[in-house]
Amino acid sequence: MKKVITIIRKEWSEVFINRMVVMTIIFMPLLFTALPLIILYTTRNAGMSEYSSDMPAQLMKLCPQELTGGECFQVYLVNQFIILFMMMPLIIPVNIAAYSIVGEKTQRSLEPLLATPITTVELLLGKNLAAVIPAVLATWVSFIIFAIGVVILAQNSHVASALLDSKWLLAIFIASPLMAVLSVNFSLMVSSRVNDPRVAEQLSTVVILPLLALFFGQIAGLIFINKMVILLMIGLLVFLDIVAIYLAVHLFQRETILTRWKSI
Amino acid sequence: MITTENLTKKFAEKIAVDRLNLHVKEGEVFGFLGPNGAGKTTTVRMLTCLISPTSGSAKVNGLDVRSHAMQIRKITGILTETPGLYENLSAERNLEIFASLYEIKNPQEQIEKYLRLLGLWDQRRDPAATFSKGMKQKLAIARALIHEPKIVFLDEPTSALDPEAARLVRDFIAGLRQEGRTIFLCTHNLDEADRLCDRIALFKSYLLTVDTPANLRATVFGRKIVIHLRENPPHLAQSLQSISGIKNIKPVDNKLVISLEDPEKINPLIIRALVENSADIQFVGELRHSLEDVYLQLINQKSSEQE
Repeated sequence: MKKVITIIRKEWSEVFINRMVVMTIIFMPLLFTALPLIILYTTRNAGMSEYSSDMPAQLMKLCPQELTGGECFQVYLVNQFIILFMMMPLIIPVNIAAYSIVGEKTQRSLEPLLATPITTVELLLGKNLAAVIPAVLATWVSFIIFAIGVVILAQNSHVASALLDSKWLLAIFIASPLMAVLSVNFSLMVSSRVNDPRVAEQLSTVVILPLLALFFGQIAGLIFINKMVILLMIGLLVFLDIVAIYLAVHLFQRETILTRWKSI
Repeated sequence: MITTENLTKKFAEKIAVDRLNLHVKEGEVFGFLGPNGAGKTTTVRMLTCLISPTSGSAKVNGLDVRSHAMQIRKITGILTETPGLYENLSAERNLEIFASLYEIKNPQEQIEKYLRLLGLWDQRRDPAATFSKGMKQKLAIARALIHEPKIVFLDEPTSALDPEAARLVRDFIAGLRQEGRTIFLCTHNLDEADRLCDRIALFKSYLLTVDTPANLRATVFGRKIVIHLRENPPHLAQSLQSISGIKNIKPVDNKLVISLEDPEKINPLIIRALVENSADIQFVGELRHSLEDVYLQLINQKSSEQE
């Protein structure tokens, strides 16, 4: 485990010198936390409750009975943006992980590193955790700040409970780390195969597409995210993570990386 | 310390290393000479368990490279062709990472020891990116030695260095030799190999020959002495014809260039004969061919044999 910690510390020492990465880790959570809170704040006294009778019946069915139509609409609006929290564990680690192997290659530091008594699993675990931990922490801290904001800004406890219901807690505290692991391993697979960190970064962002589909699907009313959807997502993520970890370890061929990669 | 038997590495159809047989003794500086693309780096990578052989076998300190990679990595240090440092990190941090990966017990002591030895202690907190090529190479050497390996692989340690930095690195390698470490030195710098190595292997995908620098010269060119005379009348050369062991005598201006088998034994007889024939001898010396001459001669010879 000591070697894994060494790799994590090494990655952080290198990565957090890069302003772009630091900006991504700070700016994105700030933005994604602020957006739903701003919506919550701006809609709380909009007098929407007056229009409760105009709310579509389908929408009202999705809200707890104790909410008025206006409150239900407010919860619906804010919910659209809570899904952004789930983008953080996908986007943040891509920057770290994509640079991870290709960065070693461009600095030509991979050969001395591989000549040390470190196993492939230790190396990849270190690189995985170095990318997953900041992403998950940023997501959790942002959501906790959001939750505090909700408690302060929500008109009443019914609205707060509806916004912080169990599906989002599952999504943020269970699904998000699983998403980060998927994102990191996908990035590691890509960066094991390409030579340029920029290409690695761009290709790695492909992993965000399914979540974007979910986001737009929800906005368009095609998908309704409820607890069952989140539980299914968690199940799928566990499966995908296992596949991604297996592939990342097997695609990381020391010999191929050392002998076939061309220097840039 | 290092033994290879028919060690071969192929990349698709290309044979990078062809049936290499080597035996490197403990504590020697073993030069591995060859032109660019000869397969030197591939050989080092096989011996340090970075890549696996296609066929044949190799043992490092008695451990098979195929089955004992982790143990071999613990007792070997490698200086790769390029320093491969973490450029944004300080010299000290670079070494801390490797000290930790090698799980050494006294990392700070070791880091200080090597940074001081290599004259980098005052720059220990500076990022490696700010270092000159020579300083980077020295830091990479420190990294290769931080865990006190028994065997050190040095791949082109002075390439791309200015003469002053190259000399510093060479002096350091000479110091390592005195510590009794086994050093496997890959280079195409023949002068460097001549100065540092106990034995030399000439290599061009396949092994051309292995011997001490002196024996290589003797084998390829034979041994020769040069006698400088005040005057060089023809009878002086003739007076030496009867001495057994002399292969050839070639008068060149005021000099006699004599090919012979055993100068230590025959030189006194030659000098005596010349003095008896009233020769005024100014200097006597051995004619040394450079290792470059030996290398080129052998490469050409083998190429002709293959044709």
